[in-house]
Amino acid sequence: MSKLLLKGGRLLDPRAGVDRVADVLITDTVIAAIGEDLTDPAARVVDCRGLVVTPGFIDLHVHLREPGEEWKEDIASGTRAAARGGFVAVCAVPNTRPVIDNAALVRFVVEKAAREAAVKVWPYGAVTKGQKGEELAELGEMAAAGAVGFTDDGHPIERAEVMRLALLYARQFGRPVLDHAEDRSLSQDGAMHYGRFSTLAGLRGYDPLAEEVHVARDVLLAEATGGHVHIMHVSTARSVEIIRQAKARGVRVTAEVTPHHLALTDEDVAGSGYDTNFKMNPPLRSAEDREALIAGLADGTIDCVATDHAPHHRDDKEVEFGLAKNGVVGLETAVGVVLDALVRTGRLSLERMILAMSTRPAEVLGLRPPSLRVGAEADVTVLDLEKRWIVRAEDMVSRSRNSPFLGRELVGAPAATVVSGRLVMEGGRLVGW
Amino acid sequence: MGLRRKDLLGLQDLTREEIDLILDTAESMREIIDRPVKKVPTLRGKVIVNLFYEPSTRTRNSFELAAKYLSADVQSVAVAQSSVQKGETLLDTARNLEVMGADLVIMRHSEGGAPHFLARRLRAGVVNAGDGIHEHPTQGLLDLFTIRRRKGRLSGLKVAIVGDILHSRVARSNIWGLLKYGSEVWVAGPATLLPPGLEALGVHVTHDLDEALDGADVVNVLRIQLERQQKGLFPSVHEYARFWGITPQRLAACKEDVLVLHPGPMNRGVEITSEVADSHRAAILEQVTGGVAVRMAVLYLLLGGGGTGE
Ligand SMILES: [Zn+2]
Repeated sequence: MSKLLLKGGRLLDPRAGVDRVADVLITDTVIAAIGEDLTDPAARVVDCRGLVVTPGFIDLHVHLREPGEEWKEDIASGTRAAARGGFVAVCAVPNTRPVIDNAALVRFVVEKAAREAAVKVWPYGAVTKGQKGEELAELGEMAAAGAVGFTDDGHPIERAEVMRLALLYARQFGRPVLDHAEDRSLSQDGAMHYGRFSTLAGLRGYDPLAEEVHVARDVLLAEATGGHVHIMHVSTARSVEIIRQAKARGVRVTAEVTPHHLALTDEDVAGSGYDTNFKMNPPLRSAEDREALIAGLADGTIDCVATDHAPHHRDDKEVEFGLAKNGVVGLETAVGVVLDALVRTGRLSLERMILAMSTRPAEVLGLRPPSLRVGAEADVTVLDLEKRWIVRAEDMVSRSRNSPFLGRELVGAPAATVVSGRLVMEGGRLVGW
Repeated sequence: MGLRRKDLLGLQDLTREEIDLILDTAESMREIIDRPVKKVPTLRGKVIVNLFYEPSTRTRNSFELAAKYLSADVQSVAVAQSSVQKGETLLDTARNLEVMGADLVIMRHSEGGAPHFLARRLRAGVVNAGDGIHEHPTQGLLDLFTIRRRKGRLSGLKVAIVGDILHSRVARSNIWGLLKYGSEVWVAGPATLLPPGLEALGVHVTHDLDEALDGADVVNVLRIQLERQQKGLFPSVHEYARFWGITPQRLAACKEDVLVLHPGPMNRGVEITSEVADSHRAAILEQVTGGVAVRMAVLYLLLGGGGTGE
């Protein structure tokens, strides 16, 4: 029987109404006791004085690249990056090679993760066969095999009729359809946000309307079908407003935002000297968009923070800006970036951050959220709000290092990660391997 | 004295003093072009590589002549358009150029920022000969050179830039240059061909050509890429010519001594009529000569006139 004792931390679980300084005793996979001055001579003790103990963080949007592009990332390396970043679970998007569009491939990920992963891996299945946007994949079979939702991420679901059917059909299995909102006739292969700074940098502009038109469509289709649509990586002010109004009408729509869209803008792209670590889809938006994203996250219009962790090999990034692959890694910087850019500056309460990175991600998938209650599964993240650190490529355990935050000093970091009662990270270092 | 930089990537980051230096130097280079023997030994032993990822005979010839007049060795490396997407990467190319001992690389590329990428990785200097829809600094400089010669100054002018501003690197370089001298810059073109955010720089943006031309000292007519019509950015060449084409009637709104520029090659009868192009108001051939002089000045200042260090 393994035992772990988290000593003297501030326990914060907004959903359960917990905010107190106490010890947490974990026995095997569950929280066995919470209280003052707990002792157990058999327990491994983690000193949590001065730290915040929260329900385990979940990242809804991660590219693990396995199968097919293991040189960028694989289940083992991606989940180690997640553990280091304070996450107890990651949801793996299916735009792999081959595309995860059938039950056998969902099982492959589940089984490989059981053997090799440092944290929990919850796979998504593709919405359409081969992510071609034409015929529905076997959503029911994949749900039965463990798919927690469906997405063609990497591609938008372009045809409205396909999206309508997907929402209607996925609803039967109680799973959301997660959509990458992009009208490609409007985004036009843009390299950065369409605006003053794309004009200055001379890069092809990616119109925010490309996202907004698609979000509006998805919301209407969810409303009509009663299906649950989850808008991935929301990036513009008008998207936030469309989602806000839809939620007010009772539409089943949820949404996520990435740490980079919360912390950076198109001005940072222009100032980066064509650094391709600032290239992603959707692109970093204007300062006004960023403000709206923060406000939307703070008021709950945007449910979750998700990284869209998108590892790319150097060769795909050491090229001309317009030709570089889209995407940035995020698992190891997400907590630090959100704490530094939003919580420390008072833009976002710590409670709201915990809801957005732990509780709501589970709820969006219809799963029981992690919680600091006796009897709950011991999925725990510990935060150090004071830790001052610099993001360095050489410290990363992901196979890829394509981060726009390299060299940036952050205040706040994950201090420990406990997955089903197992301590996998302490003080920024992986333990137990 | 030379330029205290190894690269010329755009007019955005040049100071007014640096532009003055280039234009003054171009004046003396212009004299060399007028001589019967157009060759000075200034850059003897220097190796200049022309790296063109996009075909542009005009710009390439202009740079080649400039280099030859200064006695540099020029090697042209034609790179097929397709190799941008596959085959040798720009990083590989940079490494090759580095070990081949190039002193200066002149680069034309379809992607904004590509010369910046190269410049960061090479000890050799890099001259941007046009990057995507970003900048074309030597074209901007030759336009400034031509304006300064004709008007005697670069400040206090009203300059109208007309046409496809969205895709024009020439327009961007011109805007940067002219704003540094305090001239009033107007851009006019169809709404579908205007980029966002120029107002924030202090540029006047209008869809009304007559407003832009009213009292203008200089009209810079941009070349219209006819393939933009296929993309639906304007409905027809006929309609474009009617609303945006520069005709003698349209020019009546400008100052009497208005100067007309065009980067060439022209679509006669579309963005500019032959009557305007061939009139004394146009300086289109002078621009070509000025182009060689300006490029000689740039090569000289980057390679020969000191300041080739950091
Ligand atoms: Zn996406």
